[in-house]
This record gives sequence, structure tokens and C-alpha cells, in this order.
Amino acid sequence: MKKGIVFNIQKYSLHDGPGIRTTIFLKGCPLKCLWCHNPESIRVDREISYSKNLCISCGECMKACPVDAVKLHREESILDREVCIKAGECAEVCPTNALEIVGKEMTVDEVVKEIEKDKVFYQESGGGVTFSGGEPLMQWEFVYEIAKVCKEQGIHTAIDTSGHVKWEAIDQVRKVIDLFLYDVKHLDTDRHMEMTGVSNLRILENLERLAYLKEKVYVRIPIIPGMNDEEDHLRALGKWIASMGLKEVMLLPYHKTGMDKYERIGWKYQIPDVPEPRDEEMQRMKKKFQEEGITVKIGG
Amino acid sequence: MKKELRGMNARVKKLRAQSETTTPKISIERARLVTEAYKQHQGKVSIPVLRARTFKHMMENKTICINEDELVVGERGEGPQQAPNYPELCCHTLEDMDIMDKREKISFAVTEKVLEVQKKEIIPYWQGKSIRDLIFNEMTEEWMECYAAGIFTEFMEQRAPGHTVGDDKIFKKGFLEIKEEIKGELDGLDFMSDPEAYEKQEELKAMDLSADGIMIFAERHGKKAMELSRKEVDPKRKKELERIADIAFHVPKYAPRTFHEALQAYWFVHLGVITELNTWDAFSPGRLDQHLEPFYTKEIEAGTLTREEAKELLQCFWIKFNNQPAPPKVGITLQESGTYTDFANINVGGLKVDGSDGVNEASYLLLEVIDEMRLLQPSTNIQVSKKTPNGFIKKAGEIIRKGWGQPSIFNTDAVIGELLRQGKTIEDARCGGNSGCVETGAFGKESYILTGYFNLTKILEITLHNGVDPRTEKMIGLKTGSPKDFNDFDQLMEAFKTQLNYFIDIKIRGNHLIEKLYANYMPAPFLSTVIDDCIKKAKDYNAGGARYNTNYIQGVGIGTITDSLSAIKYHVFDQKKYSMDKLLDVLNKNFENQEPMRQFLLNKTPRYGNDDDYADSIMTQVFNSFYEAVNGRPTMRGGTYRINMLPTTCHVYFGSVIGATAEGRRGGLPLSEGISPVQGSDRNGPTAVIKSASKMDHLKTGGTLLNQKFTPQMMESDESLDHLTYLIRSYFKLDGHHIQFNVVDAKTLRKAQEKPEEHRDLIVRVAGYSDYFNNLNKSLQDEIIARTEQKMI
Repeated sequence: MKKGIVFNIQKYSLHDGPGIRTTIFLKGCPLKCLWCHNPESIRVDREISYSKNLCISCGECMKACPVDAVKLHREESILDREVCIKAGECAEVCPTNALEIVGKEMTVDEVVKEIEKDKVFYQESGGGVTFSGGEPLMQWEFVYEIAKVCKEQGIHTAIDTSGHVKWEAIDQVRKVIDLFLYDVKHLDTDRHMEMTGVSNLRILENLERLAYLKEKVYVRIPIIPGMNDEEDHLRALGKWIASMGLKEVMLLPYHKTGMDKYERIGWKYQIPDVPEPRDEEMQRMKKKFQEEGITVKIGG
Repeated sequence: MKKELRGMNARVKKLRAQSETTTPKISIERARLVTEAYKQHQGKVSIPVLRARTFKHMMENKTICINEDELVVGERGEGPQQAPNYPELCCHTLEDMDIMDKREKISFAVTEKVLEVQKKEIIPYWQGKSIRDLIFNEMTEEWMECYAAGIFTEFMEQRAPGHTVGDDKIFKKGFLEIKEEIKGELDGLDFMSDPEAYEKQEELKAMDLSADGIMIFAERHGKKAMELSRKEVDPKRKKELERIADIAFHVPKYAPRTFHEALQAYWFVHLGVITELNTWDAFSPGRLDQHLEPFYTKEIEAGTLTREEAKELLQCFWIKFNNQPAPPKVGITLQESGTYTDFANINVGGLKVDGSDGVNEASYLLLEVIDEMRLLQPSTNIQVSKKTPNGFIKKAGEIIRKGWGQPSIFNTDAVIGELLRQGKTIEDARCGGNSGCVETGAFGKESYILTGYFNLTKILEITLHNGVDPRTEKMIGLKTGSPKDFNDFDQLMEAFKTQLNYFIDIKIRGNHLIEKLYANYMPAPFLSTVIDDCIKKAKDYNAGGARYNTNYIQGVGIGTITDSLSAIKYHVFDQKKYSMDKLLDVLNKNFENQEPMRQFLLNKTPRYGNDDDYADSIMTQVFNSFYEAVNGRPTMRGGTYRINMLPTTCHVYFGSVIGATAEGRRGGLPLSEGISPVQGSDRNGPTAVIKSASKMDHLKTGGTLLNQKFTPQMMESDESLDHLTYLIRSYFKLDGHHIQFNVVDAKTLRKAQEKPEEHRDLIVRVAGYSDYFNNLNKSLQDEIIARTEQKMI
């Protein structure tokens, strides 16, 4: 039985495709976007997350840790991430879930079982399952297996992807995926590299191939002020999307809600000074795309 | 198309303001009239006739009130917001009256004059003779102990059975016709061979007298309106008063002919029912949109009524409900139902008797009225069947998202399923619906009495103490063994079931007695005239005259007991993290110095409300045990016992008598409400709550109550109303009975708690009804704040 690493299963998900959905968040991502709001998703293996505000300094974690990576200092637990071997015993005993393991190995059956639980809601609302991450296609065989069972059961399937994977992965999963939520961050390769740590060549090429094959695609563009929201760039992006015959775009305004997640896994937030885009700016950008005959939605 | 005027007009605004700003007070008039009638007739006539003469005496002599500018007339007291007392049911002591006057919440002003009458006329006659006195005299010691321990409450100890709803006959028949029917039965009595012929005769005579009573009451309104119109200088109002007089001379003597007459006819009957006795859940008009639709359509087509006029009349009608606070309660009854709301509940939508969609023009008009009036009373609900158009649900959603808790939403298909399971005909089932909070009934044909709340979690506490109530250290249960000796979870469940059955026996035995007391001493001949088949059977409503008779016991705290059992099963028996000894010791000490353990139990227990079978299967075990203990037992009126799952405000009282529980709840705090999960324990969103709740077999109940709290942001967009509709449809596909949404954020509620004076208008959903946040006591306010806010991720 195929297994994968899942870090969250979100029920009543309303912004990752049509209707009421269940979103499966898979761990691991080849990109390292500066604004990433799921930083715990980037590494493939599991993380220990620590929420300071929940800690009641009971010291149970200290007792449980096999390598003495946790110390109690001034009424809070300090996790030495250099020493930590991510055994997870601390999280098991933590009474308030201040310490939590992010990333759980699950079988295809286990994930399918969770998806099936909300079948009645998918039927009523025209919803289904969405694979997200991380980059779900880093575990494309796992996604394929799950989505195949879903399709057999008549459950609508969507995938939220960065597109930064080999074409074979996309080509395989598209047999069992109804809708691609395809992220495009920047048309310029150098800028893309600065923003995400990788080149955009494969991403753009894969999207062109999906469009050529007439797959159902919604292009999702995160709007990061000062990085990709220049008028020229958005106009070029709109023209390019329209030229491929794609009709739907979602503009996702940058938000800072993921900031405290960085602290929880011991990382530093890269762009604390970037402002969240204002509503009227978003409306202005929306118009740019509409001029190309594209249907635009702000938010997912 | 002409743009419809929105909002209340000046008249309605004025009447609404009067209703909202008048301080509730006690009216002693009814108590005086009852006492006069009893002094005159008691011992000289049969008891049904005594009750009917008493009713007629009240109808002939009570003050007639016609408020300035109103179009629908009649009050229960001498004016708006005046509540009478019912000394034959519960004779308030002077101390009771003083508490009523001074208590911080749900108070009633008591004037010196009222106090004087109570002291000199009422108490001397009724002390020791009220139904309440009889009940407490007759109850066994074990019943009294259980009652004091908070195992159960008793609905009928100071209010009468009622729990019924009118049907279309009030809109189709006059009381002259009803009198004819009574006469027919009287004429047909067989004194030669029917051993009950005398009792039947007395009951029919009583019904006939009370029919006279209601017609006299209406006529007196007619005369009063004439008198006022003669003095009136404003020609417009003069005309209105003349019209009111015409109507009051016509209905309810004859069947109503117009929309206005239909409303007034119902209102007279409503006042009759709630004046005759202090019935639980007042009385309700049932499927109001369907009853009104023929009048509405006919008059709109004939051009004798405009939509705006119909709306104004409905709004005046709404205010009449709001003018009647539930009569004052004391003691445990106040704790289980701490509200001014008298639970009249109006059904909109649903199905017609032939099974087709019942939504009509009047349904949409009623929704508009609900939206604009924003009143606590009457409660309102929409009935949703698979045939109900989505547009209708969305229209209701637009009101729901405003956050004041109305209308609530019922699954008509499930309601019909419940009624059919209980043996009703398909026609009677389709004409039924819901009243009170969530109770299912065959309107106009069923007496479906709630007899008391039942504290499921308390039974577990007593089981864990081998029959002893740890609060009082009294042995009130059975010795089912020390839990330390239980080898597995099943043994615990077996012991729980044994205790449960034992306490249900005590409750039902007490109920039997109370039923007899009401049947023998407190018949309701007026109510009996409007509920089938009391006339045909020549039998009183309180003696089993209705076509269907059902008694309910209402289970409270299923979320709390489930999580508590889940914690014991998981941590003691499965994971063996704690011994039973250790756990019980910590619970007995209310988690003192054991915060990490409390947190561990809170956060690491499989909890109900997360679509997790581990916990949910325990919920179904508890539910089934309760069902098996109660369902199918006979009542003393020839009916059957059933279960309901609702709390009103009783989850707060029941929590106050229970110590710490194994899922981390501290002693004394409220229990979970309805079938909702424990406040804050549902962490997987609304679909998971719905899935968990639907694992209960709702069709085996006569009502369940599920409250969901949403933040206002979740309901902002048009799309969110679609999502709301999908959630409702899904829950109902899974046979869920009822769902309601509280759309207000915790921040607003906290602010309102700090500065009540700035939030006087804040209305929230409590449990099956709405109330002003300011009217709730602190622990209930806290409990509502703690209910999970389903946030968007």
C-alpha cells in the first residue's frame, strides 16, 4: 500500500475549488516562496511545532525527550532544534498540544476514508477533494492513487500545484484530476528565482501543455506587493493567459496570517515589512485581467 | 413592478416600542377571578364544569384592553407585558413575589396592591391546595431526593400540560359550529349502557360553557371598540375601531372571512388557551402561512387587501405575542427555563396535506415580517423538505445571518418520519411540525407533553460513585459496583444502564401520578374544544382526549457525557494512562493542583463533534440506552413515552449539580447544550459536527437541537448563503432534525457582558429559542461565548 506524508486535512474548505471540499495538505515543496503561509509544508520530513502561548510549563516534554533536547527556562519550554531528532515523544505527552508533530505518514486507504466522510456535502454542493501542500505532486504517485479511488466514487478532484514538477507527473495525474488550480508567480525567470528560489521555465511550459490539452485550469496568482504587482507584469500575464485560451484567474492577495507558524517551527519570517495589498488595488488589478476577457475572482 | 415599501410603518413602530419598553409586571386580576369562581362553584358542580365556569367567569369579567392604534386586540393581562399568576397551579408565597420583583433577571414588578390581594385573598384560599402542593405531597421520598439532586426536573409542578398547537380548524370554523358538534355528542350519549356517560356529559357541558366564554370575551372587545370609536376624534382611527368591533362581533363565533378576521380569530383562541391555564409553550398557530394563504389570495385578487396592509396586520399580530411574557416561574422551573419567552413558535414552509411543497406567497410575506420585527416572540422556524426551493432557504439565510437567531430550520421530511414512526397517519403527519424549541407534534390533534429534563451526565457521576451522589453524599442510586473493580468499559456501560433505568422508573412513576392529578383536578375544557378528538371522545385534553397522546422525557448533556465516557474509555481502559482510582480521586478534588492532567484529558480525548467514530459510537450507545429506557412505555392517558434531546436553559442548572467530569470540565460548569458538542471541543469544522450529530437516529426522537455558531465574516457573501444551504441540505439528507445558527462573534458578546447598557438590543440564540443577551444569567452568557466559533481557515 502506497504511503504519503500528510500534514493537515481540512474539512469544509471553501476556497480551493467549487463547493464544499476537503483539502489534503501534503508535505514537501521544491519552492521556497518568501511569503509562504504554510512554511511547515516545505520540508519533506516531519517537523516539531511549538506554540509558546499554549505552553503551561508542566515539564512533561522534558521528561519524555529521549535526547534531552527540551529545557524548561523561565516558565517556557525551549526546544533545541540542533539536538532534536524529531522523535515526537514530547508532542505525545504535551497536555495542551503546544508541541505538535507536523507531518503524518498515511496510507491511501486512510486518506480516502477521511475524504469519503464528507461525501454528502460534496454531492449537495458540487464540491470534492483538493490536493494541496506543499507541492502535492512531489508525492504524485500517492496523489494519483487517492484521486483514482475518488474518481471511481464520483468525487470531484482538484489539485493546487506550483507546476514545478516533471511533466510525467502532471501527465499521469491529469487522468484522475478534474481541475488544476495552477499557481503562477512571475513571468520573468530571474524575478521568479528571487521570489521562490527556483526557475519558472518548467512551470510556464507545463501550464502551456495543460492548456493545449484543454485541461480545466484556474490560474492562481498570489499578489505580493512590490514583487509581482507591477502593471506591466500583470498586463503581460493576462495576455499570456488569454493567449492560451485559459479563462479563469484567481488573484490571491498576500496576507500575513502564516507569520507565527514560522516561529513555531523555529524559522525566521523573510518579508515582515511587505504590506498586505489594499482592496482597491486588488480591484484595479482585477480589471486588468477582465480586459483580456478573463473571469477573475479575488481570493480562492 | 412597484417597489415594495420596506420596514415598519409608524403604527407598528409605536406598538413595537410599547411592547419592548414596558416593564413586565404581575397582574393579579386572574387570580382574583379564579378565586371568586372557585368560592362560588367548588363542590356544587363537577370538576370539568367548575373549570369551565371559572374560565367563563374570567372571560366575562377580565379587563378588556385595546391599545392605542392597534389592529389586532386582546391581552392576557390587563395590558401589555402583564403576566397573571395561576394560584390553582402554583400559589406564590409573599417571599416568591418579593423575589420575582427584585431578582436581577426575568423579574416582574409586583405592586403593593398586588401583594395585598395575594396576601389577603389568594394565599388564604389556595395555600396547600394548588397542584404544586398536591404534587409535592404525593411524591415518594425517592422522587423528592432525585428532584433535589438534579437528576430530573418536573415540567408540571407549576405549569400545566399544553405542548400542543392549533391547526386549520381555528381558521375554518366558528365556535357556534363547535357548539353544534358538542351538542351532537351530548345528544348521542348512552346513559343506559355507557358507564362513562356521566363523565362524558360533564366534560361536554364544560366544553360548551367554555365555548360560550370565548364568544363573550370577543364580544366584550367589540363593545369596547364601539365605545372607544364613539369617543375617537381622529376619523381614521374611528373607522379602524369600527372595523375592530365588527370583527370581534363576528369571530370566533363564526368562521373568519377575511385576512384580518383570521388573525383576530386565532388571537382570541390563543388568549383563551393561555388564560384558562398556564400551559407550557403557550399555544401556537401552527402552519400560519398555509392557514392564511386562502384569505390572502382571495383578498388580494378581490382588491380588498394590499400586500402592505397584510404585512401591517401581521406585524400587529406579532406584537401581540411579544406582549405576553411567560408567567413568572420560581425555583427549579425558573432554572430550567429562565426566560420571558413563552415559546409560541410559528412554522413557515414545509409540505401541504397532499405532500406537495407548501411554500406560498404568504410564506415569503411571513419571512419579511420576521426580519423586520426582530422580536423575541413569537419564535419562528422554516420547515425544509426536499421539495422546498433553495431560494426559500436562502431568503431565510438572509435573516439568519443578521445574527439574532431566527428563524430556526427544521427538516420536514424527518419530522414526518418521526410522526409516522409514532403511528400517525400520513395526512396528520404532514399537517404537523414543530413547536416550543424543537418538539414534533401533529398539530391540532396531539398532546405532546414534555415532562421534564433528564440529567444523563449526573447518572454517570452516580454510577462512578456506586450509587452515591457525591454532592450530598446521599445514597440515591443503586449499588452497581465500585468502578475500580470494572475490568472493561462495557462493565461501566452496563452499570450506567442499570442506574439509568432505575432513575427513569422513578421519573415515570412520578409522572403517572402528576398526569392523574391533572386529569382529575385540572381539566382544560376550552383547550379541548380546539384539539381533535376531545369532543368526539367527550374526554378532556388533560385526560387523554387528543387523538394522539405522547409524553416526552428530554435528555440533556449528551455531548458532555459522551466525552466524559470517551475519556474514561481511552485513558483508563485503552491507553491505561491513568488508573480509575487516580482519575476518580482527581475528579473528586475538582482537578486541584492537576492542571496538566486536566489539560491532557481536555485535549487528548477523542471528542464528540469531530466525526470520529471512537467518540461518536459512545454517543450512540448513550443515546440508545436512553431511548430504550424510555421509548414505548405507556402513559396514564393512553399514550406512549418518547424521548427528545433539548435543554432550554437546563444544561446550566444540570451542570451546577455535577462535579468535575473526566473530559476536563471543572465541577459546576454548564453541560453541553442540545445535541451540540461540548463548547470548544469540535475542531474539525461544521461538516464534522453535522456528521457526528447525524450518527444519532433522529427519527427515534420527537426532536433534537443542534446549534452552530458562525462568525459574521463567514456569512457575509452571497456565496456563503449557498454554503449555508448546502450544509442544511446535507444535514437533512442525513435525517438531522433541526439546526440553528448563531451568527455573532465572541468579541461582541464579551463587550456586551462588560457593558450591558450599550448592548440592550443584542439577541442571541440560546437553545431552541432566542433571548436578549442581557436577560441571560452570567453562567449562560459564558457558556454561549464558549460555544465553538466555526472560523474559516
